Amino acid sequence: MSSPEAHELAAVEAAIERFGQQPGPLLVVLHGVQDSLGYIPTAGIPRIAEALHLSRAEVHGVVTFYHYFRTHKPGRRVVQVCRAEACQARGGAALEAHAKSRLGVDFHETTTDGATTLEAVYCLGNCATGPAVRIDGRLHGAVTAERFDALLAAGESK
Amino acid sequence: MIVRIYVPKDATALSLGADEVAQAFAAAPGVEIVRNGSRGILWLEPLVEVVTPAGRVGYGPVAAADVPGILAAIAKDGAHPLNVGVVDEHPWLKSQQRLTFARVGIVDPASVADYVAHGGYAGLAKALAMAPADVVKAVTDSGLRGRGGAAFPTGIKWKTVHDQAASQKYVTCNADEGDSGTFADRMLMEGDPLTLVEGMTIAGIAVGATQGYIYCRVEYPEAIAALRIAIAAATAAGYLGGNVCGSGKRFELDVRVAAGAYVCGEETSMLESLEGKRGEVRVRPPLPAIKGLFGCPTIVNNVISLASVPVILARGADFYKNYGVGRSMGTLPMQLAGNLKRGGLVERAFGVTLRELLYDYGGGTVSGRPIKAVQVGGPLGAYVPPQHFDTPMDYEAFTAVGALVGHGGIVVFDDTADMAKLARYAFEFCAIESCGKCTPCRIGSTRGANVIDGLLAGDRPDEQRRLLDDLCETMIQGSLCGLGGMTPFPVQSALKHFPDDFAPRHRH
Repeated sequence: MSSPEAHELAAVEAAIERFGQQPGPLLVVLHGVQDSLGYIPTAGIPRIAEALHLSRAEVHGVVTFYHYFRTHKPGRRVVQVCRAEACQARGGAALEAHAKSRLGVDFHETTTDGATTLEAVYCLGNCATGPAVRIDGRLHGAVTAERFDALLAAGESK
Repeated sequence: MIVRIYVPKDATALSLGADEVAQAFAAAPGVEIVRNGSRGILWLEPLVEVVTPAGRVGYGPVAAADVPGILAAIAKDGAHPLNVGVVDEHPWLKSQQRLTFARVGIVDPASVADYVAHGGYAGLAKALAMAPADVVKAVTDSGLRGRGGAAFPTGIKWKTVHDQAASQKYVTCNADEGDSGTFADRMLMEGDPLTLVEGMTIAGIAVGATQGYIYCRVEYPEAIAALRIAIAAATAAGYLGGNVCGSGKRFELDVRVAAGAYVCGEETSMLESLEGKRGEVRVRPPLPAIKGLFGCPTIVNNVISLASVPVILARGADFYKNYGVGRSMGTLPMQLAGNLKRGGLVERAFGVTLRELLYDYGGGTVSGRPIKAVQVGGPLGAYVPPQHFDTPMDYEAFTAVGALVGHGGIVVFDDTADMAKLARYAFEFCAIESCGKCTPCRIGSTRGANVIDGLLAGDRPDEQRRLLDDLCETMIQGSLCGLGGMTPFPVQSALKHFPDDFAPRHRH
């Protein structure tokens, strides 16, 4: 691994400073780091452990337990596709296959140009109007293959 | 003249372009926009409502391009192809019995004044005038059972916490609504978050807890934002904080964001997660009501359970329990999802049948094909075949047909559904989401998927079938929590009702 970058450690310090005093603070701190960087740098784990009086193993264990936390920088855009039953009942599996082939990646991979990370999610709470997709935080319903392509194209032209 | 127009900010409405619609209306002169929650008529979203002397007139589903035409119609007599009439009179809504969802879609979720104007905080006012034990008794007498799915009597949990002598107690709200096909928690938190805030405040006053946490899933950023705005507004208005409504009692509330682990919807793993740990299930006893968050007595209730408390206090336990059937008292906000023409939220007293929900409300499948099966109660719920569609929504009646009501989510599949694939998916999901603490769930889930693969490949199918039955039984009997213990339910129901789907498949 490369040496920790200054901006990564600065984000870690800022999250510890802001959230470290809350009761049971680890998840709150980790959210703070991921909100600011988009991921949790493994180089920051020793510092989080020290500040919160935990072992590195405990922090690593928490980071890796939760699906939401990432330890690698995602693509410039994150596309989440719902795989759960209600979306499957409305053509979710076909959309999932389309998304993978359109982007040329599997779930939890990033396109080679670093543009897009594809993630699987299990329910976005949009179950009456699926298939559902969230792109960079924005939720979309009734997503057909054509609409998926249009949403991606709209993002690329920005 | 200023025209007031409601444009929902509910996540489903947003996913279908509500922000663009709101922007288009806001650009017109003489228009005041209110961003409300959703009425739950999700097949009409974005459903815009225009305030008229006759009531709030709905238009939906509206796209931004429809806005000029609607504005022109409003200026005249309102006639427009998307006009659905006065929304309160809409048959899909009018036949519902909305107690918990009474204000959702109607009020401005960010406004305490609007909340109070629609009957909000009447329950808290009553609770503050009562002895705490009487508040607990009212909840017990109402017959309210945990709406998260376990259906445990809410009042008994509260009484246990009330009876503990402790310097610190907590009220926690489980808003980790991870079940596919459920969105009632989300809709309530986005559309009327103050009802949840009020319910938790009443709980705190009743059991002597001064701190509450709402553990909300990270997949619900819109709900998290709405909750934070509501909590700040309630605090500013004196309904939360060191001196709730001048009573001298303290109750503070924070939102904690989950991190995408389905198992954290199980109450003890939720507590672990709130403490900042891996969301591994705790062995019970001790019960959370005795040793819960940070080792203190803790209420753990679902969003809908807590949000049903204000109406119970405001109108009395008898009012609430007069809805429903048998031991399933009150109302249940049911969620119609998946392959339905008219999906959305239907709050009715227990006792309404699946058939009424699927056909009268749901209108059958959107694909136009026959319904093959519905999964009720989330990914751990059984697949219910058409011969059981006359089962009333009632905890005991569902148990009798080998199914569960759960959180009231209903996912509809048409006859193209492959039940063996769905059964395999149940194992796959369990394998992804298992916390790993107990062996039946951690190993059994992966083995279950393998065995179904073997079965479908025609590799010693009789043996595989026996193995599968045995594995399901082991998981049910031996798992620490409902994830491993209930994953076999969808599998067994699929095997029982759709055996043909599990016949060996020959590759060409």
